Amino acid sequence: MDMNQYLDMFIEESKEHLQAINANLLLLENDPENIQIVNEIFRSAHTLKGMSATMGFEDMASLTHETENVLDMIRNHKLTITGDIMDVIFQSVDLIEGMVMNIVEGGDGSADVSALVKKLRAIVAGDFSAVETAAAAEAAAEAPAGKEAAGSERQHNLDEFALTVLKQSKEAGHNLFWIKVTLDEGCVLKAARAYMVFDQLESMGDVIKSTPAVEEIENERFDRSFELVYVTMQPADKIRQTIANISEIREVELEPLQLKEPAAKAEQEVKQAKEQAAASAAPAVEKKPEAPAGGLKKVSTAGKTIRVDIERLDVLMNLFSELVIDRGRLEQLAREIGKSELQETVEHMSRISGDLQNIILTMRMVPVEQVFNRFPRMIRDLAKDLNKKVNLEIFGAETELDRTVIDEIGDPLVHLLRNSLDHGIESPAERKKAGKPEEGTIFLRAYHSGNHVFIEVKDDGAGINKEKVLKKAIERGIVNPANADSMTDKQIYELLFASGLSTAEVISDISGRGVGLDVVKSKIESLGGSVSVDSVRGQGTTFLIQLPLTLSIISAMLVQVQNEKYAVPLSSIIETAVFRKDQIMMAHRQQVIDFRGRVVPLVSLQDIFQVPDAGVGSDDEVAVVIVRKGEKMAGLVVDSFIGQQEIVLKSLGKYLVNVFAISGATILGDGQVALIIDCNALIK
Amino acid sequence: MLEQKEITGEVKVIVFRLKDEEYGVEVNQVKSIEKLEHITRVPRTPKFVKGVINLRGVVTPIIDLRSRFGLEETAYGESTRIIIVGVGELEVGLIVDAANDVIDIPVDAIEPPPEVVGGVEAAYLRGVAKLEKRLLILLNLDKVLSTEEIKQLDALEG
Repeated sequence: MDMNQYLDMFIEESKEHLQAINANLLLLENDPENIQIVNEIFRSAHTLKGMSATMGFEDMASLTHETENVLDMIRNHKLTITGDIMDVIFQSVDLIEGMVMNIVEGGDGSADVSALVKKLRAIVAGDFSAVETAAAAEAAAEAPAGKEAAGSERQHNLDEFALTVLKQSKEAGHNLFWIKVTLDEGCVLKAARAYMVFDQLESMGDVIKSTPAVEEIENERFDRSFELVYVTMQPADKIRQTIANISEIREVELEPLQLKEPAAKAEQEVKQAKEQAAASAAPAVEKKPEAPAGGLKKVSTAGKTIRVDIERLDVLMNLFSELVIDRGRLEQLAREIGKSELQETVEHMSRISGDLQNIILTMRMVPVEQVFNRFPRMIRDLAKDLNKKVNLEIFGAETELDRTVIDEIGDPLVHLLRNSLDHGIESPAERKKAGKPEEGTIFLRAYHSGNHVFIEVKDDGAGINKEKVLKKAIERGIVNPANADSMTDKQIYELLFASGLSTAEVISDISGRGVGLDVVKSKIESLGGSVSVDSVRGQGTTFLIQLPLTLSIISAMLVQVQNEKYAVPLSSIIETAVFRKDQIMMAHRQQVIDFRGRVVPLVSLQDIFQVPDAGVGSDDEVAVVIVRKGEKMAGLVVDSFIGQQEIVLKSLGKYLVNVFAISGATILGDGQVALIIDCNALIK
Repeated sequence: MLEQKEITGEVKVIVFRLKDEEYGVEVNQVKSIEKLEHITRVPRTPKFVKGVINLRGVVTPIIDLRSRFGLEETAYGESTRIIIVGVGELEVGLIVDAANDVIDIPVDAIEPPPEVVGGVEAAYLRGVAKLEKRLLILLNLDKVLSTEEIKQLDALEG
């Protein structure tokens, strides 16, 4: 079978499961007694095993299999979690992650798993023998604890419904059996053989439950054996013989299943013990569903969702963009024609398409949780490496961002977090000296505000050492010593984003390679966002990232410059204003205006874009769009304002790259192309 | 493409006119031929970049081929056409005086270009095809659309 078509799905789901495992492992580390969490992890690991085996990634399957064994023992209370076991599991998960990444990059996902498999087996073996001897001894002594363990192992997968069915069948005089069928090692068509077993059994009674589930067996997702709970009127020998008659069956184990009351005619002493255990476990089973129910609820609150290929959403978005352009055109035409019925219809259509636009945009939104999820683990490992004590607090993980932004924001955030951990948080000893708790805290907070999403990375560390930054900047020639004295704190902090500046005294491999924050800044700016930093000495540092909600449709102000139209993104506009020409002043050979008490330099778009003069424009007034970049402002001089409009961002293509002060283009209602001004490039 | 030529012995080209010469581009590099429509000027780009057009929802850059080859520019007229060509990931429109023919030319009629043909540098040419009565200059689009040159021009002008 060609598996390639499933590869994408496999990769996506593997990542999700690994993410879930990682998150739960961290929880488990703090709460090792919580079997509920182990169950969650086990479920993810089990699914991973099945998927990787189906896809033919043998190494991954075998490693997950061994991991699963360990988890299984933990959840059945045969093994207590220790730090060593956690570490081995973490290592396994890391290796599996590595394999998935290898598969993503087109590799075959193979890796040397032998060392870890050995370790995992050692854990299992070390404990297995102990448990087994204990169980044997206890079974012989008929100690209740031993039965409990054996019984819960066998019984705990039966749900309440199955139990009721079994009870009723029993009352109706049916025989209940537990059957384990093992296939020959050389069996090729395992699913077919299993089907034959099922077929035969179904002709004589009912299979209440099978482990693994029937679907999995049909898909050959089982090793060589499967277990069944079976209700029939036939005696045990007949069943055993029927199954054994099917070829390629290696072994059939058959045991009567007892509910509530102990077996009167048991064949073996050991079995009797097991059955009694089964009976005593039954009440325990009834209690148990409550725990999984909690887990189930959690799943169902995730909502009814379907998985849609992001490419389809992109296509939808593109089609909708076309619609937005036509909408603009229609609105324009309706205005020109001036027929009220037409105008009403167009207005209504505009409203509906506005709603549609919101829905399409939100469809592409994903919670920032997707990115945040991997940070707790990263911080844990890093803190261990650095011998620091750090607690990561995440707020607003449910905040939603456009998928395209989510994909890009991970790396910059990793960098900022590493930076906080490496440079911000002090060592426990230093913290103690400074009168702070030994454990440092990093806050990662995301929230909406207007048309933007803010992400804040804040630590309660030492804060930025201004003098050190300044000294370094002067050393590296980034700052002229003459200007150094007049710089504000904020300006000095901003130096951290200058390229070629790293303040770590010891260059570690975590950050401080001098390629850090400037990369973060350029990445975030390429996403249409901005990043700033603030710090209080001794109390900590805060990095604030501002990001646009979406990258594809933006609100913009259309302006006219002579005969040309340009779009200015609304996000960078503070205000539009009209000034009389005599209000323009000169300062340092630069035209400026007084805007609410601030001196704002004027930038003539006609000059800067070398727009051919068409004799448009008024003699005594200028129209100005006040734009900003961070704290700085500038006034763009235009001839007239056309109005505000939703525009669809389009790239200029691969041929025209790095066009000065133009960030892209859009198509207007009349079908013409208007260029979008990149205000950041115009403000120095 | 080369293989195909060797098998068929012919190559299909779109013929267009620039000043007094006839040029050809291989038909599989041509996406469409458009009439001149409104071009939005893109400021601070090389002189031969006339701007961008809306080509069925795709913003497509347009270059004036006369200007690109350093020939004198003329006013656009009724016969002026934009040939949309695609090379690799690039899609660019070329303004030409007229585009009026599709012909098959035998591969063995193509000769390497002389140093300068009709004022166009040999680097932009792939060869010259001598047909019965006409001389067809085949363009090397990779070179014509090279963005390296734009970057160099940027550096010079900037």
